[in-house]
Amino acid sequence: MVMTDVPTKIVYERPHALDPVVTHYCPGCTHGVAHRLVAEVLDEMGIAGNTIGVASVGCSVFAYNYFNIDFVEASHGRAPAMATGIKRVYPDRTVFTYQGDGDLASIGMGEIVGAASRGEKITVVFINNANYGMTGGQMAPTTLPGQKTTSSPTGRDTDRQGFPIQTAELLSTLEGSAYVVRRSLHSSREIRRAKKAIRTAFEVQKHNLGFSLVELLSTCPTNWGMSAAGSRDWIEERMLPFYPLGDYKVSPAVAELKI
Amino acid sequence: MAKELIKGNTAVAEAALRAGLEAYFGYPITPQTELLEHLSARMPELGRPFVQAESELGAINMVYGAACTGKRTMTSSSSPGVSLMMEGLSYIAGTEVPAVLVDVVRGGPGLGNIAPAQGDYNQIVHGGGHGDYHFLVLAPASVQEAVDLTVLAFDLAEKYRNVVVVLMDGSIGQMMEPAELPPFQPLKTEIPDWAVRGTDGGEKRILTSINLDPPAQEVMNLRLMKRWQEIEKNEVRFKEYYLEDAEYVVVGFGTAGRISLSAVRAAREQGIKVGLLRPITVAPFPKDILNELTDRVKAFLVVEMNAGQMLEDVRLVVRGRKPVEFFGRMGGVMPYPDEVLTEIKRLVEGPLTTEGHPKDRWLARLSETIG
Repeated sequence: MVMTDVPTKIVYERPHALDPVVTHYCPGCTHGVAHRLVAEVLDEMGIAGNTIGVASVGCSVFAYNYFNIDFVEASHGRAPAMATGIKRVYPDRTVFTYQGDGDLASIGMGEIVGAASRGEKITVVFINNANYGMTGGQMAPTTLPGQKTTSSPTGRDTDRQGFPIQTAELLSTLEGSAYVVRRSLHSSREIRRAKKAIRTAFEVQKHNLGFSLVELLSTCPTNWGMSAAGSRDWIEERMLPFYPLGDYKVSPAVAELKI
Repeated sequence: MAKELIKGNTAVAEAALRAGLEAYFGYPITPQTELLEHLSARMPELGRPFVQAESELGAINMVYGAACTGKRTMTSSSSPGVSLMMEGLSYIAGTEVPAVLVDVVRGGPGLGNIAPAQGDYNQIVHGGGHGDYHFLVLAPASVQEAVDLTVLAFDLAEKYRNVVVVLMDGSIGQMMEPAELPPFQPLKTEIPDWAVRGTDGGEKRILTSINLDPPAQEVMNLRLMKRWQEIEKNEVRFKEYYLEDAEYVVVGFGTAGRISLSAVRAAREQGIKVGLLRPITVAPFPKDILNELTDRVKAFLVVEMNAGQMLEDVRLVVRGRKPVEFFGRMGGVMPYPDEVLTEIKRLVEGPLTTEGHPKDRWLARLSETIG
């Protein structure tokens, strides 16, 4: 038998910016997908070595164990402030926060609005899974009207518990926001779109164009009490109508970016 | 460098800048605001980061971020603002990164007022944030001392990877006095190994205060406590006035100490053998000298601009061996030297007791005065 050399080309591998470790995330949770997208972008841009991440409080509190980059861990909600401190000292490095919805849109609303309004040249990866995941599925500022959680057991009653916050829309009104978009992780098509948005967000930072944020609709099958597949459907059927995907702020300078 | 007439807040700001402050983050609050204002002009002039944060929460967490880069960083605030910073300060302590806080104390509790006070002693010296940690706390009694201690604060913060607080009464911040500013130090060029900066292909660094494994967290706690013992051993600072032959000793820090010095001098003129111990580090507390004095004097008078917060630290050292009396004014009211002199004379005239609590006796007297 004659062996012939078959030319091989690696078309898919683990990003170098991700450590080769097993995460603590639940099966079906999209945190792992979001981590991977961020890591792929850092690798593709060749900036992992000069990037500093800021982890937040929530399920992603241990994000720093999964990325192979320098990381700090913020207190609950304050990641944008901590990122500000680092970025101002190191304007030539890449600084990003990775925050969930309870962290960013509830306790940390002051810090995220402050950072965006100042046009801090940081990138925010914002995971919206419509509940507090780490503490076991309580109502979040993003919980949908009527959605059952452990602290809205009969469903979120907007009369008593108010309305969900549409973060991307809200932050898009600020002049300092250069790039604010919403994407979703519920299908491979949307995941590809999410990656492009994350890439753009980091490019915005690289080109000093202002504050950038990508909101990612994400699954929480454990706390939603659903299968992985069921939770992806739930995003499509329940979350998308309330949280439409789209580009909420693309500054003129960002629109001209060639990536 | 010649002395110049300068306001305390401005002097501290300029001293910090000259000590190599690389990044300042703050929020306006009276009576601290001139400090922030001065740096809002000077830091950009020198190309150094200055951010007026959205809140004290924002400011202290910006400091936390900058401290993680190992650069010289600080914030400043006043009592209600410092209360808001307590969360961040606990995190900074838990992450073992160096940072400097200037607390220009005002009357409280609550919004209180903007007059000078020392009501933050317990919050700063005995915690305020959660968990076991200590701040190294420096308490100036003049603008010059505030300048000198601000420079020292950065060195100590870095030496011990510890939060250092310059605890100054609103009076020191607002007062103009002649002071000599320090020479310009070059910015640090060495970055400590632990500081984040990007891996540049090397090992990653993680700075965090979380440790879900209790035994591992306990090891960290032990490290903090041992470091504090080291600080207690090396960094106690105080000033002695007329203590050589003193039969009575006034103990007071900051402005209360300074006012007491006028009273001590007046008492000396009247032939009373009284001296003053003015702690400069209120943490670590000057226990040894106080213990030594306990052996050789007749009684102590603690003077504070609060309801006797440091008094308890004095009593812990004296342990009932000698009478300790207390005089304080609260809520932004400053004691007059003649009030302290009256208290010194009362001490001399007696009768003295080690029974009961000095605070109860003081409150009874104060109630008669201010009703």
